[in-house]
Amino acid sequence: MKQVPPQYYSELEQIQAIDFVIVELALYLHTHPDDLDAIQQYNESVKRSKALKRNFEKKYGALTSFGYSYSRHPWEYKEAPWPWQV
Amino acid sequence: MWFYEKKLQYPVKVSTCNPMLAKFLIEQYGGADGELAAALRYLNQRYSIPDKVVGLLTDIGTEEFAHLEMIATMVYKLTKDATPEQMKAAGLGDHYANHDNALFYHDASGVPWTAAYIQAKGDPIADLYEDIAAEEKARATYQWLIDLSDDPDLNDGLRYLREREVIHSQRFREAVEILKEERDSKKIF
Amino acid sequence: MQKGMHMPSWYKTYHPYVSPMDPCPPITTKRYSTPPNLYLGFQPPGLEQFTPSAALKAGTLWKYFYDPYYSTREMKKGVRE
Repeated sequence: MKQVPPQYYSELEQIQAIDFVIVELALYLHTHPDDLDAIQQYNESVKRSKALKRNFEKKYGALTSFGYSYSRHPWEYKEAPWPWQV
Repeated sequence: MWFYEKKLQYPVKVSTCNPMLAKFLIEQYGGADGELAAALRYLNQRYSIPDKVVGLLTDIGTEEFAHLEMIATMVYKLTKDATPEQMKAAGLGDHYANHDNALFYHDASGVPWTAAYIQAKGDPIADLYEDIAAEEKARATYQWLIDLSDDPDLNDGLRYLREREVIHSQRFREAVEILKEERDSKKIF
Repeated sequence: MQKGMHMPSWYKTYHPYVSPMDPCPPITTKRYSTPPNLYLGFQPPGLEQFTPSAALKAGTLWKYFYDPYYSTREMKKGVRE
């Protein structure tokens, strides 16, 4: 059985960090819809997250299966490890 | 609709094989103030609340499912490969008799999850005050779990989850302020 | 945290009555949490932020709300940052 390489964790954590900023800003914007600075930061964070995920998925396979990621052949999404296993 | 992303919201780590801690943690999986109750509460209340706060309930409810997965990961790692003897010694013999090492939606004393834990009153202020209370109760539960645990990596994840309760409570409090406002009046910070 | 903003303490204590009839050794000081969401009101725009990786570690993007809880056991061991 193949284990993930050590850099998997650090690369994943970069995505987790930027996606966390996105979640925080989204909750904030629900109650502060006019905050232009926060919206700009949100859009920049989305851009950064997409770039990081594109790179991560090239190495480790798709993060999603309902259309937010492209797939290679064979269908890798179903392969372990799952998030609770790593 | 929803879609699944194959990652945890936060990097969960656990230092030791310790089924006793899993027994306590399951409180936040299937307990009255746990993550399942939180997710289902908010995602159900959103159908009968002013449009202004539907997005907030939807997104906080969705984040709660990410937290449910974090708790599941903690429980999974704490009990993975634990023998029946270890489960029994940790006070999980009765859990093992019914579930082996499977997770199940019950609290730390084995009481199964019930919809009676949550409410949808159809009254926006009543519902948001319940939500604020739920966040504060979950925050308190995380404190008592940190008190019980001697696993530094686990406590790191529990502190993260407790902090999220603080933020969610803040947003629900702001939602109340938004609903209190007179129509067309300017917001003053 | 914005300049000039008053920073309250996020924990308070009280001292329960100690009876000579109490069987357990008394805990003379009890602590309870009074988190930042009790004080700020509607969040003002432009609050000071953590970097993304520090925010993930803290569990919040905004420094004002950072209120970590440590057990007394952890505090004795000096775990607290």
